[in-house]
Amino acid sequence: MKFRPDCHQNEVTDEQIACHRRSFLKNAGLLATGGVLAGCDSRAQPASDKAAKGAECAPYNVLCEDITAEKYATSYNNFYEFSLTKDGPSRLAGDFNPHPWTVRVEGLVESPAVYDLEKLIAGCHQEERIYRFRCVEAWSMVIPWNGFALHHLIKKLRPLSAARFVEFETLYDPKRMPNQNRQVIPWPYREGLRMDEAMNELAFMATGMYGKPLPNQNGAPIRLVVPWKYGFKSIKSIVAIRFTDKQPLNSWHQIAPQEYGFYANVNPEVDHPRWSQASERRIGAKASLFNPRIKTLPFNGYGEYVAHLYKGMDLRKFF
Amino acid sequence: MLQDAVSRFNQRFPKVALIILLTLPFANLVYLGLHDDLSADPVEYVLHYTGIWALRLLLLTLAITPLRQLFGAPVLIRFRRILGIATWVYATLHFAVYLSLDLQFDFAHLWQDILKRPYITVGFLAWLLMTPLALTSSNRAVRALGRRWKKLHRLIYLITLLACLHFIWLVKADLFEPLIYTAIALLLLFYRLVKASR
Repeated sequence: MKFRPDCHQNEVTDEQIACHRRSFLKNAGLLATGGVLAGCDSRAQPASDKAAKGAECAPYNVLCEDITAEKYATSYNNFYEFSLTKDGPSRLAGDFNPHPWTVRVEGLVESPAVYDLEKLIAGCHQEERIYRFRCVEAWSMVIPWNGFALHHLIKKLRPLSAARFVEFETLYDPKRMPNQNRQVIPWPYREGLRMDEAMNELAFMATGMYGKPLPNQNGAPIRLVVPWKYGFKSIKSIVAIRFTDKQPLNSWHQIAPQEYGFYANVNPEVDHPRWSQASERRIGAKASLFNPRIKTLPFNGYGEYVAHLYKGMDLRKFF
Repeated sequence: MLQDAVSRFNQRFPKVALIILLTLPFANLVYLGLHDDLSADPVEYVLHYTGIWALRLLLLTLAITPLRQLFGAPVLIRFRRILGIATWVYATLHFAVYLSLDLQFDFAHLWQDILKRPYITVGFLAWLLMTPLALTSSNRAVRALGRRWKKLHRLIYLITLLACLHFIWLVKADLFEPLIYTAIALLLLFYRLVKASR
């Protein structure tokens, strides 16, 4: 199935059918075998009412584009804590054990403490989100994540009113993440969001993908997913959440401030100083030498949900 | 008669063997392609693969003269031309893949890339400068150009530096690999500087 960028949201009926069909496929166990995705296919068979009932058809779920094959999404990614190559993390993270896992909650928050992960996320409404994922290196995927909206967790933790930003930190443990023995990055990896960005409905905490627990190489046991920003914002294997009143220093900005900003919103108008961000290579259901480049969309196609956060800001300056 | 044939074979065999050897990286790429084994991002894979082989062959070409002199093996000169042409062939493949599979023959995009992206500017320049060298590699061209041939082919030193810059400027964070190649390149160029200054 080809990527169809001209597939629009206004075809509600089609989309619902597609959504139902998706859910039907999932129930039938077909989706897990990878590669199959209902698009906005009006010929799609409407699923039974039973199948449709449990379907979560949030409008921001990507339904009209091929889902990236699970084998690609789990074997082609950046995770410098394990390796600097794309296939390295999947080869080298096998022995990593993400259990038990604790998360330090600190800073301007009512309940600073070290939490067991299970306790931390208990009660957060679980759902599936199908998001585009756009790497700053100009490749992209469409990934079904499992997890919960970040705002559920933040509300539960109750930050103080002075908190304007939230900062995340990846595990630093060179024994378990061997590439941390090399000083490629000032470890630990750090990322952050402005509080209103973090509270946006789209900001997501993933504990799984493709209906399975998050693989180690993809940031087990818990990671951030911010679909309208470049992939490096979506920090993996989180061990600390810190609420602050100052803009956090995120790792890539720290390494190369002229190339990577704090906001890192996907923006085809603002090129990386060394390469264009106007288009991307989509890694879809099947890798092929002949897949055409596709146009990169402002905010990765999520403008209607997030553009208001940046009203009045010069996005060339705050890239 | 038979002796002639044997000596001709001896003469040609190493060259033919080298040519076959030099097609192996390409054959491997075709094999990987036929087995759907070009990673999740095949265009990127093929780009990197052809580029890195062009650079390897370039360094190998440059290594011939020092190896001849250091190990007293003048016979190696027989292989230099083949290596040089193979370098150009892989570089041309690299450029062709970029233009066709990556840019889909969008020449406006190509032009913008060349003007705006320093790593593409130097990479393109390296390929461009390499082309007259490949075209003047026949015995006839060598004879026709006389002393100018050597002058022209000194461009290879500049091309080497451009190719290394091309690699260094395109990586995101890990400079290790491009710097290894650059170190070898600088060593090979330094050898010539020392030789020339004596």
